[in-house]
Amino acid sequence: MRISLETLASRIDARFGAKVERVPSTCGELGYILAKNDLIPVATALRDEDDFSFEQLIDVCGVDYLTYGTDEWTTTSATGSGFSRGVERRPVILDESDTFADRRFAVVYHLLSIRNNVRVRLRVYTGTENPPIVPSVVDVWNSANWFEREAFDLFGILFDGHPDLRRILTDYGFIGHPFRKDFPLSGNVEVRYDPEKGRVAYQPVTIEPRTLVPKVIRDDNRYAPDLKDGSKNG
Amino acid sequence: MAEIQSYTMNFGPQHPAAHGVLRLILEMEGEVIQRADPHVGLLHRATEKLAESKPYSQSIGYMDRLDYVSMMCNEHSYVLAIEKLLGIVPPLRAQYIRVMFDEITRVLNHLMWLGAHGLDIGAMTMFLYCFREREDLMDCYEAVSGTRMHATYYRPGGVFRDLPDSMPKYQPSKWRSQKRVDALNAIREGSLLDFIDAFTAKFPGCVDQYETLLTDNRIWKQRTVNIAVVSPERALQLGFTGPMLRGSGVEWDLRRKQPYEVYERMDFDIPVGVNGDCYDRYLVRVEEMRQSNRIIKQCVDWLRANPGPVMIDDHKVVAPARIEMKDDMESLIHHFKLFTEGYCVPAGEAYAAVEHPKGEFGIYLISDGANKPYRVKIRAAGFAHLSAISEMVVGHMLADVVAVIGTQDIVFGEVDR
Repeated sequence: MRISLETLASRIDARFGAKVERVPSTCGELGYILAKNDLIPVATALRDEDDFSFEQLIDVCGVDYLTYGTDEWTTTSATGSGFSRGVERRPVILDESDTFADRRFAVVYHLLSIRNNVRVRLRVYTGTENPPIVPSVVDVWNSANWFEREAFDLFGILFDGHPDLRRILTDYGFIGHPFRKDFPLSGNVEVRYDPEKGRVAYQPVTIEPRTLVPKVIRDDNRYAPDLKDGSKNG
Repeated sequence: MAEIQSYTMNFGPQHPAAHGVLRLILEMEGEVIQRADPHVGLLHRATEKLAESKPYSQSIGYMDRLDYVSMMCNEHSYVLAIEKLLGIVPPLRAQYIRVMFDEITRVLNHLMWLGAHGLDIGAMTMFLYCFREREDLMDCYEAVSGTRMHATYYRPGGVFRDLPDSMPKYQPSKWRSQKRVDALNAIREGSLLDFIDAFTAKFPGCVDQYETLLTDNRIWKQRTVNIAVVSPERALQLGFTGPMLRGSGVEWDLRRKQPYEVYERMDFDIPVGVNGDCYDRYLVRVEEMRQSNRIIKQCVDWLRANPGPVMIDDHKVVAPARIEMKDDMESLIHHFKLFTEGYCVPAGEAYAAVEHPKGEFGIYLISDGANKPYRVKIRAAGFAHLSAISEMVVGHMLADVVAVIGTQDIVFGEVDR
């Protein structure tokens, strides 16, 4: 039986109230932000209660909001000099005492209810802690195991209570968390065969990072909300 | 008598039955597996990070290379996510073409799976039979996109071009006489739709052939019945989707339950298993090939009767025709902007999932309003399935590991991304 998103939204509002904050969506999806301390109780309720019965955790995904909304096309300063293809990146050396911006890292959970045929998205921000940490949902949905290992590997987000938090996708002995936005696309080290030493050797990358198409944000008025309701050519 | 100690065995990453680059650390007690620890990531290419550094359209080709035996279904999910954010809907004919090629892709994938699965557990002939039919479907890919595998055929707003009126043909060579070439080309004389139509007519007979070889085969049943039984509750808990979930008896198919494109107009059945073992998953997939064949046939009939555009007419997203650029300033500007900068997608987030041959393949897209995606997360079915392999093989013999890898239909392009 399929329930509508609005039915689900009203049930969630009635059940969790101020614990969850709805995220506005432009494409008919239901998403909520919640505090990380509420994650386990809310997740358990979403799985077990008949109103929700989200039997499946489809996906867990780390997100790094470091460069959200900033573009690489520095039009004002580059007008006189022309555009450089290389976008300069400074190496990031993290100190143990460093903290992150409050909303830098997030973990996004996609849930699916087979019984109600509906999806919902939960987002949890990790806060300022270094390293970022959120509670693990492995005990609620066993499928979270590898997804959380992946988020740990790629973003360095720790999952409290995970039974086996090891790297999963990167190489044995890899240093750093490659999907963080301050990790360069070309990486930090490259590998080559050293004939003198007779083995594979690591060295700093020799490729200069280049941006072929700069990231640019344009305000496209076609998508402005007040223009979308038919008063476009008014 | 000496006591037999449990020992650790390394399986893969270079092993023909590992379906690519799977490394399994197996703790064995004699022939029986106590624990399995899969090591993946040997094919990790950071597709998601690469996609985040390029304009939207340039990453469609990366999607083909994820699950490289079901190329267009991967593209489909990515393209759907972009369309969802842009708020555009492709023309009806494009939707039918997509559904038709999704199903062709499903047959391609299942043939590859059946051939490899058969080969793994001792049925060499299956591999040859399956590749015979795969060849024809690869020709459809070639006819429509120019490549046999990595098509990049689906685009936001439709498909790259309409179905061609002619098929690529075989040429005579040292190894193939004119007479044999004529026989091969006989089916390729008409348009692509004629070719696909002829394929759908003969394909159920081919599936009968496969089933004659396997379904009641004693060896096949000994290797698959009661191997790696997964209960429906565990299947849900472990994040199984697609044939893995249906094999356990849960009737769940996104094409029917959350239809996208024109699937709600299609007439097809969802096969489900009873016992949740390797044999049931085999039966489910074989029946899916028959159902896909039905869907392809329905699409062919509709596409024959209904010509029309296959791409939306919005040059903020879709490049204008080459001929228009010759004397239309605006088209030239659109073309220049699209190929230097791409289009900006309104800020927001979207999750688009398709019923991929292997399960639910989803793309989670976060846009901050730029011409590049801010975050792309690929939800690959194989990743969730492989994470359950330890639970599925414990207590089975070493040789059954191969059957379980086969039944999961693992492709490392999508597991490692």
